[in-house]
Amino acid sequence: MVPLSWYLALSAVLFTIGVAGVLIQRNAIVLFMCIELMLNSVNLTLVAFSRFLGDVTGQLFVFIVMVVAAAEAAVGLAIIIALFRTRETLNVDEADLLKL
Amino acid sequence: MEQFAQIQVSHLFFLAFASLAVVAAFNVILQRNPIYSAIGLIVVMCSLAGLFLTLSAEFIAAIQIIVYAGAIMVLFVFVIMLLNIREEDAKADRQKYLKFLAVPLFLALIGVVMAALKTIGNPAASSNVPGTVENVAEGMFTNYLLPFEATSVLILMAIVGSMFLARRESAEDTNEIETALNAANQPTAVEESSEEEVHA
Repeated sequence: MVPLSWYLALSAVLFTIGVAGVLIQRNAIVLFMCIELMLNSVNLTLVAFSRFLGDVTGQLFVFIVMVVAAAEAAVGLAIIIALFRTRETLNVDEADLLKL
Repeated sequence: MEQFAQIQVSHLFFLAFASLAVVAAFNVILQRNPIYSAIGLIVVMCSLAGLFLTLSAEFIAAIQIIVYAGAIMVLFVFVIMLLNIREEDAKADRQKYLKFLAVPLFLALIGVVMAALKTIGNPAASSNVPGTVENVAEGMFTNYLLPFEATSVLILMAIVGSMFLARRESAEDTNEIETALNAANQPTAVEESSEEEVHA
């Protein structure tokens, strides 16, 4: 059996890569992908703890996190499409005003 | 001796999937073309599904492939292709200092987490409860029924919200939709001509 700390370390590394991506990238779609990456790494933590505590409740949380991620992706991509229609760019630095 | 060999195999599985996930995750954040980032994220999700299998969470592994890699990433790729994004030029990047800030912050966060991991030690795994559909559904429809129903309301709100946000507003588009709708209600001869107009 692989030790729990290996899974937690991998999860931490993936989460940190996601955070670094939010800092590095300026493309709104890639920022969303980095957020998905962070959600995925947290899912790994939940499943690992669920396995090591012998309780499937953690996997239930993962299910709910996936639903929230799907809703977030749908609304977020709709916002990105609306943003692209008005500004013709996906650079988040360009979208710094509420009015056009 | 046989058990020792088994342990080695599971470790190898973990290392293979973990290294694949980390490399693909770096691919996500370092590519300039969003479509390559999307492909990297799909690889991350598939390798995480493999890790879920090693944690005996079969249902979550299947859902990870179907929902994440299948539905959410298709949505991302669809939007990338719909918007026909050109690669952004580096001149538009007003906050270059963030890139230089990202690397030390990345290393600092990794260091803090690894230091924290050393203190927790390695608890022994308790008895294996496989994450089959039966076991997951039992909790979902008994103790956690309310959160489950709340997620369905959330999905409904997301559907309505995204349709509202992504709709077109210009009068031209409204006219186009109205002619198309009228054409659908008219007899066949008129329908053909107006359909051509819509296509044109």
